Amino acid sequence: MSSVQIRDVRKSFGNFEVLHGVSIPIEDGEFVVLVGPSGCGKSTLLRMLAGLENITSGTISIGDKVVNNVQPKERDIAMVFQNYALYPHMTVADNMGFSLKLRGAKAEEISSGVNRAAEILALTPLLDRYPRQLSGGQRQRVAMGRAIVRDPQVFLFDEPLSNLDAKLRVAMRTEIKELHQRLKTTTVYVTHDQIEAMTMADKIVVMHDGIVEQMGTPLELYDRPANQFVAGFIGSPAMNFLKGKVKSNGSASFEGPNGVKLPLQSAPANSEGQPAVYGVRPEHFTIADDGAEAEIIVVEPTGSETQVFAKIGGEQVVAVFRERHEFSPGDKIRLKPDPSLVHLFDETTGKRLNG
Amino acid sequence: MADIALQPRVAKPQIREATRWDLIRTNKNWLGFWFMMPAMGFLIFFLAYPLGLGIWISFTDAKIGRPGAFIGIENYEWLRDDSIFWLSVFNTLLYTFIASAIKFAVGLYLALLLNENMPFKAMLRALVLIPFIVPTVLSALAFWWIFDAQFSIISWSLKHLGLITQNINFLGDSTWARICVIFANIWRGVPFVAITLLAGLQTVQPSLYEAATLDGASKWEMFRYITYPLLTPIIAVVMTFSVLFTFTDFQLIWAMTRGGPVNATHLMATLSYQRAIIAGQLGEGAAISSAMIPFLLAAIMVSWFGLQRRKWQQGENND
Repeated sequence: MSSVQIRDVRKSFGNFEVLHGVSIPIEDGEFVVLVGPSGCGKSTLLRMLAGLENITSGTISIGDKVVNNVQPKERDIAMVFQNYALYPHMTVADNMGFSLKLRGAKAEEISSGVNRAAEILALTPLLDRYPRQLSGGQRQRVAMGRAIVRDPQVFLFDEPLSNLDAKLRVAMRTEIKELHQRLKTTTVYVTHDQIEAMTMADKIVVMHDGIVEQMGTPLELYDRPANQFVAGFIGSPAMNFLKGKVKSNGSASFEGPNGVKLPLQSAPANSEGQPAVYGVRPEHFTIADDGAEAEIIVVEPTGSETQVFAKIGGEQVVAVFRERHEFSPGDKIRLKPDPSLVHLFDETTGKRLNG
Repeated sequence: MADIALQPRVAKPQIREATRWDLIRTNKNWLGFWFMMPAMGFLIFFLAYPLGLGIWISFTDAKIGRPGAFIGIENYEWLRDDSIFWLSVFNTLLYTFIASAIKFAVGLYLALLLNENMPFKAMLRALVLIPFIVPTVLSALAFWWIFDAQFSIISWSLKHLGLITQNINFLGDSTWARICVIFANIWRGVPFVAITLLAGLQTVQPSLYEAATLDGASKWEMFRYITYPLLTPIIAVVMTFSVLFTFTDFQLIWAMTRGGPVNATHLMATLSYQRAIIAGQLGEGAAISSAMIPFLLAAIMVSWFGLQRRKWQQGENND
């Protein structure tokens, strides 16, 4: 186990730069999730960490050693691939013991290592099967077993759950998190699914277009997104954004689309009339007499909560209620954002404006 | 949209009963039978019939211009005591074994090479196919000229380099002649092996190599433990075909040596042609050809077991 330092790493393919100077400190034993939309460079960064891609500039160190020019096999890392990359012609046991075999380990050493990992992952009854004879979730576990057998300093996961169905994904999510709690190995996990990121990470790194948008614990990112991108990316259903102007003369408020008045706890200094984006999470709406008028378009009950799509000042917003309301399309209701939980972003730069 | 949804629904006619014609039209078995007919016709008229006729002729004393009568296995009894026939069997086995082994080794090497990333990859891949697309007789003539007793470019070059003083009698010496025809066959057969194996190589997922890299495999270990085992099914196919083509080879030999010198390069196919068509002994020639069948069946049996789905290929689909 050891820490990982990513310092000002850049990556170009020909003249095309995909990573524009990324720095991420990763502590020993930390579970870090790199999350972002496809094409943001998160997988490339992971592959650079693994040694499968060259580093154009900057440094990556594992422990206190810069590994830029260290062979992948000498970096002491293990990776779980999106398609698992299990060797189809080898049994589960052979798949898991392959790295030990290449290292020249003795037969007993290999089988004890494989058995230990198989026990951790409940794979013991499957050791003689071939990958084709396994279900998706089982293959996923074999791929993790192959990583565990090597007892590496760092685990790398490249979207390991995207090939599984929704139910299995939730189960494997918990399993991976539990595994990390037991083994305490430094882990870097790449995903495009913000829910995976939120549920598993000690630290989330939100990436977008080759830069780091924000780094922090899941709740930090949720409660205080640094910019509009992070605000919109983290959370489901996504945060509602309403364009308008800040009113700071007198009591602070926000003038939304078509003059809708929205509450604001405090306005930033010298911001009277400043164009801004007003962000409010769906669960931070309440129904109140002094709320903004909204016309209901669609009501989607999920059982535990109800999602209500409505129009405020002509703009569509979504609100989530845990209590049950008798709404039907066309109803007029009054939605009031909780002013203490409202986010304000700069309209052009997208940066967070309120404290 | 609202207008469309609000239109009153018009009552539709009842679904009609299925007629006999509908039954025939929708019956997949009936349709399958008709689709199978043309292929079956081709196979019967162009493969099964000639094969059966050939075997029948081998049991007769047919000559060119004479229909011949059934004589049982007399032709085969003659062949049993015919030393030239046994020489041709030996030649065929030698030719097939050496040429196939070298074609496999060279083809696999080329395939691995062409699978690497390199400049002009597509062009190089196309170039490899050239020996395969040149008509056999044409390349055989070229080789004939290359190995000519007087004008051989090889002899000429070696003489000018001062390595030899006299021309090498490539096609006149029995050992040299065998080497030359085997060489020509390898030259012609390598592209088929190389391109087919290349296709096989491209089905191996790149992520397997990445996983192996992280597992600490060297280039050789990746070939030994991943590429080769994953390639075995396609190797079985390509080598079966290669062996069948080589065993039944006729054109190259006939154009280069006609079986000479002193029958040293006579294969069963060329001997059969010589006895049946040149000498007119159709029955005897057919018997030589028919004698190839057990060998070919043996080759097919080997590949049959080689082609059996391996244990790791069984079970659920990988996707």
